[in-house]
Amino acid sequence: MEINAYLNRKVSSSSLVVFRIGFGIMMCLSIVRFWLKGWIETLYISPKFHFKYFGFEWVKTIGDYTYLLFLLCGISAFFVAIGYKYRLSIVMFFLSFTYIELMDKTTYLNHYYFISITSFLMCFLPANVSFSIDAIIAKKEYKKVPKWTVDSLKLVLGIVYFYAGLAKINSDWLYKAMPLKIWLPSKYDLPILGETLMQENWFHFAMSWSGMLYDLLIPFLLLYKRTRILAFVLVVFFHVFTRVLFPIGMFPYIMIIGAIIFFDSEFHNKIITIIKKLLKPINNLLLTSNISVNRKKAIKPYKKSIVFIVGLFLVFQLLFPWRYLLYPGELFWTEEGYRFSWRVMLMEKMGIANFKIVDAETKKFFYVDNSDFLTPLQEKQMSFQPDFILEYAHFLGNHFTKQGYENVQVFVDCYVALNGRLSQPFIDKEVNLYKEKELFKHKQWILPFNDEIKGL
Amino acid sequence: MVKRFFTVIIVLILGVSCSSSSDDSPEGGGKDNFDRGVVLINLADNIIIPSLQDLNSKLEDLNSKKDIFIATPNQENLDNLRTSWLAAYKVWQYVEMHNIGKAEEILYYFQMNIYPTNTADIEENISSGNYDLTHVNNNDAVGFPALDYMLYGLGVNDDAEILVKYTTNADAANYKTYLSDVVVQMKNLTETVLNDWTSSYRTTFIGSTSNTASSAYNKLVNDFIFYYEKGLRANKIGTPAGNFSTNPLPDRVEALYNKEASKVLALEALKATQDFFNGKKYNGNTEDKGYNSHLQSLNKENLGNLVNSQFNTARQKINDLEDSFYNQINTDNTKVTQAYDALQLNVVSLKVDMLQAFNISVDYVDADGD
Repeated sequence: MEINAYLNRKVSSSSLVVFRIGFGIMMCLSIVRFWLKGWIETLYISPKFHFKYFGFEWVKTIGDYTYLLFLLCGISAFFVAIGYKYRLSIVMFFLSFTYIELMDKTTYLNHYYFISITSFLMCFLPANVSFSIDAIIAKKEYKKVPKWTVDSLKLVLGIVYFYAGLAKINSDWLYKAMPLKIWLPSKYDLPILGETLMQENWFHFAMSWSGMLYDLLIPFLLLYKRTRILAFVLVVFFHVFTRVLFPIGMFPYIMIIGAIIFFDSEFHNKIITIIKKLLKPINNLLLTSNISVNRKKAIKPYKKSIVFIVGLFLVFQLLFPWRYLLYPGELFWTEEGYRFSWRVMLMEKMGIANFKIVDAETKKFFYVDNSDFLTPLQEKQMSFQPDFILEYAHFLGNHFTKQGYENVQVFVDCYVALNGRLSQPFIDKEVNLYKEKELFKHKQWILPFNDEIKGL
Repeated sequence: MVKRFFTVIIVLILGVSCSSSSDDSPEGGGKDNFDRGVVLINLADNIIIPSLQDLNSKLEDLNSKKDIFIATPNQENLDNLRTSWLAAYKVWQYVEMHNIGKAEEILYYFQMNIYPTNTADIEENISSGNYDLTHVNNNDAVGFPALDYMLYGLGVNDDAEILVKYTTNADAANYKTYLSDVVVQMKNLTETVLNDWTSSYRTTFIGSTSNTASSAYNKLVNDFIFYYEKGLRANKIGTPAGNFSTNPLPDRVEALYNKEASKVLALEALKATQDFFNGKKYNGNTEDKGYNSHLQSLNKENLGNLVNSQFNTARQKINDLEDSFYNQINTDNTKVTQAYDALQLNVVSLKVDMLQAFNISVDYVDADGD
């Protein structure tokens, strides 16, 4: 009964509208920025080989058509922003963006995953019911939407922060200030702070602890009206600060814009009023403003199936990051269950992987020059992530078998350094990786991490 | 409630910051307000510029020995020319890794030491007499490896056969011209690089300490590691030993036609890299600021010691080899692959551990992080 009562509660549609506009614009800018940086070419077209997500090996790269895909993605983001054919546009955006991400896991970033799941959720939300081209065309505008539609976005944003905070509760982060102790001192060229604060031991600890507390608390501080303004100031400060320190692209801005959803609808109405004023010149030109808008009070109740899907999706989001508990060994070392869990800027990990191709009969062998097959970025990412190493080993095995080599075995001599520890052997070099299969099961051939990181 | 929240946060932050200042974790780096400028000054003034100056004078000597040989191509003059060539080649081992500034701009390295040299191209250039030695297609027909061929490889049986090419051979004049052109080009390139260092680049170089992909400090680290991995480990040892191919490729050794210098040159290159790591003065014994001292400032003495001990092990392994890597590979290649394995250990320490400690922005990766 209570659930039904909750599902029937209504809030102003302006919250969704503001989120829709902000999200659409940020996505459109992200795509443009990505294009202008030439990354479509360097990340998706020029590499000879692409690393695929387990289960998504069927996702193919499409050569020069990748530009079309980005164009489609950018245009749909723009249509989302203006609310034109919203449902189709957001579905297109979700599909094209997610396809792009699935083409190569080398470029995996938590914030790309965030964009994928947020756009998926938005496919089910009535974000175009007011202040949109759709509403103008339909001559229908709704002032109220179900409260759960707004809350679901808040929950997704809250999960990002809260889980990022939980991930920081570990001994490396809190008791060794790692990896900030490596990262911050290297920002010595920063004006004023670089030679001073960034070099101070206490500052590394203060940043580690406050970063953890910030992530854990910020969703709650944003939810409560009395702390909201302060929380938002913190959000802006924190994200701008991290943007100055680290090469994290659009992510901070997206999060700042996203956090606006936590404000109340009065605030969102004000934003819409401001946008309306800004648009007035265009408005008068393009749209004869005497469109009669049918101001109905609320949209019709949602289908049960949709509510169910969204509910399932949110439960999945809450549970999925915990899957790492099912694996033995240190998560930071094996990375089994590391992705899609809001482990953002959490560790400093580097590796080097030398692949050896052996003829099982004659025992003759040679080493592979990784730069023959991988881009520097791919090689960097491959060198410390077991699933990359396995996939690449299979690629090499297939490649050399096709070239006519016989009885091909693939071994790797791999060393990895984690959070400033001296590098250690990472993969059992006696194991023929060409024989090993990618599975959800624990990879036995990852050597143990000879240290302990306590915590979640 | 809210107030209490914040009181808790503030107390926590203050508490941690006070207690943590006395808690220096063993793995944790120390402060990194290490003066990179001092390192660059030491490297420039005590290693890079002196080695270039030495190379320059060795090449002047080579040039004059070459003139004498061309005037009178006899055994004695050939021997003197060869001695001078080897002396210059040894100094080159200290210069090759600094592919920065003018050297990078004019593709200095690519015109000095690309091997195996392409004898067909050399012979064709000689017989046609028509060539542009700076052209990229001629990168493997110039420099020390081309001279190796011109001084040792023109005859199969004995030196008399070589001398014939410069005396009675129909193309003798062309042989002499080509020999001369190659030497002069090497000398001119070296002068250009050296003059740029002494006139202007030193100033730019020592001031370029920021942590960006294009700063001299970062580029130099990357160049250094790249050289160790490629120029030394792979080119001199790994490739000829067959580490990157199904079978050993003994004719890929450095100084193939000379046959005996490959070990000497490899040892020089190893010394060059180790000295550079330690900031040790060129042709001297004093150590000053270098990568090792940078590691020390980050409380990473253990890593610095490890790197040095791995350098020393690699030296022992190379010392176990014959003077001629060509012969060694053909008789007992296992020893060569062991030397390779010893060299490989430092690739890990330099490329993973040292780069992580310095937290160098890598110059080739352009994408967002998260």
